[in-house]
Amino acid sequence: MARESMPYDVVIVGAGPAGLSAACRLKQIDTNLSVCVVEKGSEVGAHILSGAVFEPRALAELFPDYLERGAPLLTPVTSDEIYVFQSGEKSLKVPAFLTPSTMHNQGNYIISLGNLCRWLAEQAEALGVEIFPGFAAAEVLYDGDNRVIGIATGDMGVSATGEAKDTHMPGMELHAKYTLFAEGCRGELGKQLIAKFNLSQGMDPQHYGLGIKELWEIPEKNHRAGLVVHTAGWPLTETGSTGGGFLYHVGKNQIAVGLITDLSYSNPLVNPFEEFQRYKHQPQIQKHLAGGKRVAYGARAIAKGGLQSLPRMIFPGGLLIGDDAGTLNFAKIKGTHTAMKSALVAAESVAHAIIDNRAHDQLDEFEDAWRNSWAWQELYQQRNFGPALHKWGTVLGAAYAYLDINIFRGRLPWTLSDPIPDHAALKPKAKVEPITYPKPDSILSFDLPSSVYLANTSHEEDQPCHLRLASPELPMQKNYPIYGEPAQRYCPAGVYEVLENAGGDAYLQINAQNCIHCKTCDIKDPQQNITWVSPEGGGGPNYPSM
Amino acid sequence: MKVLVAIKRVADVNVVVRPNSEGNDVELTNVKMAINPFCEIAVEEAVRLKESGVATEVVAVCIGPAKAQEQIRAAMAIGADRGVIVETDENLEPLAIAKCLKAVYDQELPQLIMFGKQSVDGDNNQTGQMFAALAGIPQGTFASALVVADGKATVTREIDGGAQTVELSLPAAVTADLRLNEPRYASLPQIMKAKKKSIETIPFASLGVDGTPRLKVVTVSTPDKRRAGTKVSSVEELVDKLRSEAKVI
Repeated sequence: MARESMPYDVVIVGAGPAGLSAACRLKQIDTNLSVCVVEKGSEVGAHILSGAVFEPRALAELFPDYLERGAPLLTPVTSDEIYVFQSGEKSLKVPAFLTPSTMHNQGNYIISLGNLCRWLAEQAEALGVEIFPGFAAAEVLYDGDNRVIGIATGDMGVSATGEAKDTHMPGMELHAKYTLFAEGCRGELGKQLIAKFNLSQGMDPQHYGLGIKELWEIPEKNHRAGLVVHTAGWPLTETGSTGGGFLYHVGKNQIAVGLITDLSYSNPLVNPFEEFQRYKHQPQIQKHLAGGKRVAYGARAIAKGGLQSLPRMIFPGGLLIGDDAGTLNFAKIKGTHTAMKSALVAAESVAHAIIDNRAHDQLDEFEDAWRNSWAWQELYQQRNFGPALHKWGTVLGAAYAYLDINIFRGRLPWTLSDPIPDHAALKPKAKVEPITYPKPDSILSFDLPSSVYLANTSHEEDQPCHLRLASPELPMQKNYPIYGEPAQRYCPAGVYEVLENAGGDAYLQINAQNCIHCKTCDIKDPQQNITWVSPEGGGGPNYPSM
Repeated sequence: MKVLVAIKRVADVNVVVRPNSEGNDVELTNVKMAINPFCEIAVEEAVRLKESGVATEVVAVCIGPAKAQEQIRAAMAIGADRGVIVETDENLEPLAIAKCLKAVYDQELPQLIMFGKQSVDGDNNQTGQMFAALAGIPQGTFASALVVADGKATVTREIDGGAQTVELSLPAAVTADLRLNEPRYASLPQIMKAKKKSIETIPFASLGVDGTPRLKVVTVSTPDKRRAGTKVSSVEELVDKLRSEAKVI
């Protein structure tokens, strides 16, 4: 069967905060533009996971009356607490005047980003945007001059061996004058575009963190709506790793708790899932969760390299926006506001180009507009936070960041660099101490299967494996003997398992149906042998309010 | 021949549901919703009847909140021609649903009305049967095969111990079982077309149906956690434990 095609003015890949903001802005500028959004999740919000403390600046630009429109910004931040955990028992509260000003959250809200996206989708549809959840963009379409002219959705109903089943449905080509890629961190197509157009030339490699999050319901009497807690230090310090934890009192009786493990960790025996499970036993975290019940679990990689790692966002026929490029501001540990702002700037460039009867060219004017935006200025001012922390550790790095951000306001004339890609950071396992993680108590901490169960993930079982190995032999030839196959530990969904066959030989088993689309394997595999591709549309987690 | 298909909006089967904080219902806030899988099979069968030239029109009807339009659109993407929504935010029981459907049936006058055999949320397995009684038409429940020809519907029913074939004169009510068919994927072009099809809204209050619940939900709770097993060293010990601790023999 040949693929059908459909022309639009603009096609947007990904119904996250960036993609939906761009869609809304395009229709606000010119209601006659035809705008289509494809989303691989089974519904808008199903694959969205974030902390999240939300700075409403970009939203206020998009919809000044966002509160009257019922945007789900229900929990204003009422207090900020920052702790350094020295151990599993000891902690130090950092006084507010000593913390970088970027960590202060007055005027911000604790939200579910998934629910914000659901609301944004309603606004977009009311403006006339067509949103198609359950369809993954699987292929970038180019014309003869290598200009992007749209995308194709993936085929449905293909068996594990690659044959068409009775239910086979070929993908569809969606053609556009301009295509916006808003897949989030480490987007499948974004990665291809960055390579094809050499967009990250001259930049630091992108750096990533793996955020693992749970949602808890606690007794209402213990709930302090609006309380924001951020932590540094233990447990990641035990293995010389970096990252940070968060705990937010959201809504009526819920707590969002999570740990971000920087994927620049060097000990191949580190298990971010287990780090997070033991993190919850720290008394400063435990006291909030007492008497509560875990109701949701999920994980997602974030791009945290900032301006030093931000690739060029334009190419002929389209743009990368939001975290597909990497616009997150690590100093604020927030990315939604900058992702949305990059989308608004992109939408303005695209809309005006189409009004001028242009198509498929490179929107050079975007670069100036983006540089002049507050989002770029903010990223510039706070550009040295992440590399400083990585270079000098939590204490000295944070002290440097304090001076740089609070005193010099980012005007120090140098830019710190972090040149080692995360996948090259691992040491051989022979050079590190073994780690013993405590057994879960099933009250505060849990095992992996019962956790993944709460991500509501599902994939059609009879389909080609969406975690592609360039070399099927490499994991057992190199990764296993040198690093003990770290995929077994960094995957927060138990997708990768080293098992023994009947003859006693170890082999790597890939349980692709467990995948929760966090993209960590694509990032951290030391051989860069794993490519994450979109499975059949609609597959993956079904996050309720993450 | 017109086919009416009743569909229900339920929590997606891939979602792990939990009781709400009051413990009197399942928490559905921001939970992904979908067409009840058995209803989807019924839609697929009706669309196949149309594709094979037996039916001329397929109408999907849903009783539920305004958002249930999403499920009607999903049925339209499979191939239903138009939709009817009886709009209500009340959580109606099968008898009230059957009465609403009777009102829509009287308006549409289809030759065949199809249902899922039961919904995966309430598991009542009552609506199709109650409707058939209210409408005074024959019913073929738990259908695993359906042939419509010469004013008759031949239904193969899944029953205990085998299959039973019944012949119904039209108009008739048929409820779909799992093996009736495997629903197709809705393609993107079909979903695009579905957005342009029409949905008629009927306010529940205008039907004059009594929606008062006849049942009271006392509690909704999660099943007990499976307890850890113990190893026994001998058959005697096993028998003893089964008798004295488990008290099953």
